[in-house]
Order: sequence, then structure tokens, then C-alpha cells
Amino acid sequence: MEVSLTVNGQAVTSEVEARTLLVHLLRENLGLTGTHVGCETGYCGACTVHVDGTPVKSCTMLAAQVEGAEVTTVEGLANGELHPVQEGFWERHGLQCGYCTPGMIMTAAGMLADNDNPSEDEIRHGIEGNLCRCTGYHNIVRAIEYAAAKMRGDEPAAPDWEVV
Amino acid sequence: MYPRQFEYSAPASLDEALAALANNPAAKVMSGGMSLIPMMKLRLFSPAVVVDIGKIGGLDSIEDRGDHLAIGALVRHVATANSPLVQQYAAALAKAASLTGDPQVRNQGTTCGAIAHADLAADQTAAVLALGATMVAKSTGGTREIAAADFFVDTLTCALQPDEILVELLVPKAGAGEGSAYTKLGRRGGESDYAVAGAAAWVRKTNGSVDAARVALTGVGSKAVLAAAVGDALVGSDGSATAIEAASAHAAEGVNVLEDLHGSVEYKTHLAKVYVQRALTAALT
Ligand SMILES: Cc1cc2nc3c(=O)[nH]c(=O)nc-3n(C[C@H](O)[C@H](O)[C@H](O)COP(=O)(O)OP(=O)(O)OC[C@H]3O[C@@H](n4cnc5c(N)ncnc54)[C@H](O)[C@@H]3O)c2cc1C
Ligand code: FES
Ligand code: FES
Repeated sequence: MEVSLTVNGQAVTSEVEARTLLVHLLRENLGLTGTHVGCETGYCGACTVHVDGTPVKSCTMLAAQVEGAEVTTVEGLANGELHPVQEGFWERHGLQCGYCTPGMIMTAAGMLADNDNPSEDEIRHGIEGNLCRCTGYHNIVRAIEYAAAKMRGDEPAAPDWEVV
Repeated sequence: MYPRQFEYSAPASLDEALAALANNPAAKVMSGGMSLIPMMKLRLFSPAVVVDIGKIGGLDSIEDRGDHLAIGALVRHVATANSPLVQQYAAALAKAASLTGDPQVRNQGTTCGAIAHADLAADQTAAVLALGATMVAKSTGGTREIAAADFFVDTLTCALQPDEILVELLVPKAGAGEGSAYTKLGRRGGESDYAVAGAAAWVRKTNGSVDAARVALTGVGSKAVLAAAVGDALVGSDGSATAIEAASAHAAEGVNVLEDLHGSVEYKTHLAKVYVQRALTAALT
């Protein structure tokens, strides 16, 4: 079967099987390997993309389900310059190996689009569907706080690490 | 992980979807896919035909119909959780939806899907039992209403026939003196993930005394169940902390508590009492 959709602003049509998952359409048919596959069971969130502006897990959606939809992957987030969340992960060292990062960034971007002034608790619950095996989450939370401040037009808090 | 091959259709109308189900005994309904797709990927289940109802218009609204709310088949968990109507009139359901999975799961999965799925540790199943909700099922043969108390049959088995679609869920609106709540221990600690044990409570107080109460448990047996003995013990009391504690002691009475990976019978029996007590306390405040 064929699916037609918009990916990162571009109209695409691709040949898929009924059982093709959205993440495989993106990675294998369209070569957009920024979206990662971690667990394939719906738990780790590495495959998070936006469908019509909403974060979802692309390993747990059929390509057929996104017929006609607008999909944004991490590759489509920057708009000439880095998205505030991408900048936050850079500035606040929100990653180590980077495996979880695209999913974390897409989840955080979705969260901040709804609420650009989340509490630390709201941020931690907001990334409940994304697992990171490296960072211990601390700097991810700081990175999202940085991005939230930027999106509100505030000065981000200084980094909480000590420079020696 | 790919599911086995299957035939996919995404009808544009409810009538077409019902006809597709009637014509294919091997067809399975898909709404959000948040439980169906993982099961198909693990090949626990391999339907020959998937009828995706996700493209049908008009099924995604939450309506106030006077004495009850109607929640359509495509209302996502996030919409149920954030709806001011559900929060005000069916607090247990809003809370249970807000604790279902994680943000991405709540963006895609549906309240009706979670109920039809009938997982033994699901959240909203307990809420609809305690709230005394009614499921509206449609097939080409007609429409029927199923009371929540008759809906959950066993693990992953509900009263729907294979050719039926759960088109909406009717939830009585809380009136004066009525309150409801849901609380759980999640498998990942706190309230995260499926319930190791969870409880939903609905209570009505008239002139300072409890005259009706319904409590349901999830996670502790083969399906969400009513804990009838708790309601019986609470009715006639003043709903005080002491009365709640006494009633909660009956949480597992008449309930077939089962051991699973997440806890022994003894532990789950204990949790049932603790979470019933918490749910009743929240419902009465
Ligand atoms: C990572 C993850 C975490 C989760 N955590 C939780 C949790 O903490 N608590 C919890 O309760 N659930 C949890 N779930 C399960 C999930 O949220 C719901 O069970 C799921 O959303 C079901 O709804 P759906 O719309 O996705 O249904 P689907 O997956 O599309 O369908 C599920 C089943 O119900 C049937 N069905 C669906 N809709 C209808 C309908 N309208 N009429 C008739 N039959 C229908 C399907 O045929 C299928 O058998 C989790 C899922 C994932 C992936
Ligand atoms: S790969 Fe999709 S949730 Fe882990
Ligand atoms: S940075 Fe390695 S998994 Fe998160």
C-alpha cells in the first residue's frame, strides 16, 4: 500500500506494508535516522516524533495510521537555528551517549509547546515516557528548564555545575 | 519487531467499520493501537484484518447530556484527563486517565480502548466500575448498553462481541454530596505505569451519613472488580477516618486476589486495603 503524508514540511509518498511501523517508514524508507529505536515495546521513548504537533511513539504506530498527517522528526525541529530545546541540551549538557536524545528533545518540545513554565516536577513527569541510561536525568531537566526560560524570553538560570 | 502480515482498512464512517467487522469474523478493531500494536509486535496476537477506527469523524467528543457525560470512542486519555467536565463530574475517571501510561501513550491511546482492552492492571477500568458507567456497543445488528459491572469478564476479555464497537462510554455525573477518586501504586513506583494495585471509589453522603458507596480494585486479580464488601461496610457510617479505615479492612473480601510478577497474594491484599482507604479518603474530601 501507499501512504502520503508531510514529513518535516515536505510532502512524501512511500510504499509500505500494512505492518510497517512509522519509525521504519521514517528511518528506512525516508532515511531519517535521527529518530531512534530503543526498546520497540513502547516504553523507552527514543522513537518519539510529533504527529500533527503531538508527541507519540513511532514504534507503536503503523505507517498507515499517519496517512495525511504532518509528522515532525528531530531533523525538522531546527528552523535555521537550533530549537530552544536543542540549544538547552547543548548548553546544559543534557546528553552523554545521545541515544535517548532525539526522543527526549521531541517530548520536551511538545511539553513546552503546551506549557512554557513547567515546574521541575512537571518536567520530570513530562519525560516519564522517555528512558535515559546515561545521564541520571539531572542535566536533561536543566536543559528543559533552560529551553523553557528561552521560550518565555527569560534569562536561563546559570548552570548548576562547578567549573574547576 | 514487525507484526505478522495483516490486511488494513481505515473506514471513513462508523457504518463502514461495522460492516467491515460483520463481514470479517477474523477482524479486530484498532483505536489508538497502544495495546493492540505491542501485542501484535510480540505476536501474542495476529489478527488477519485490522479495522482502524481512528479516521472516523465525530467520535472524539466529551458531551454533557444532563445527568451523565458521554465519552466518545476516540477520546484520548489526555483529553479525558484534562476535560473540566470529567474532572468536575467524574473525578476518578479523570485521575485514572491522567495516570495511564506516559504522556506519549496518553496522546495516542483512548479511554474506550483501554476499557475494551480490559487489562487486569489498567486504571480506567476500575474508575468506570466505581462510577457505575455504561458502555454503548454497536454492531450492524443494533445498539446495546452494557453496565460496567457486567462488562469485565476476565483478563483481556470484555463483554463486547467481535463485531461490536464500543462507541461511547456513559458516566453518571456526580451530584450534590457525591465524590469519587482513584489512586494506585504503579509498577515503576509512585503512580507510574500499570497498577500493582489500584482503587477507585465513589461515595454519596446525605445529611452527614454515607448512603451509597462503590469501590473497585485493579491490578490485584484477573480483572478489575467491585469490592462490594467495602461499600456495604461504609454505608450508614459518618464517612469519618475511622469509618473509612474499618470499611477498607474489607477490601479483598470476596475478591480473588492473585499473585503475579509484581507481588504475592499477601502483599496485594495489603495494598488493596491501603489504596481503598486512600481512594475513599480522597472521594470524601
Ligand atoms: C508504554 C505503555 C504504557 C502503558 N501504561 C498503562 C498504564 O499505566 N495503565 C493503563 O491502564 N494502560 C496502560 N497502557 C495501555 C494503554 O494505554 C491502553 O490500554 C491503550 O491505550 C488502549 O487504548 P487504545 O485506544 O490504544 O486501544 P487499541 O490498542 O487500539 O486496542 C486495544 C484493544 O481494545 C480493542 N478496542 C479498542 N478500541 C475499541 C472500541 N472502540 N471498540 C471495541 N474494541 C476496541 C481492540 O480491538 C484491542 O483488542 C500502556 C501502554 C503502553 C504502550
Ligand atoms: S523504541 Fe519506541 S518506545 Fe522504545
Ligand atoms: S544519553 Fe545515553 S541514553 Fe540518554
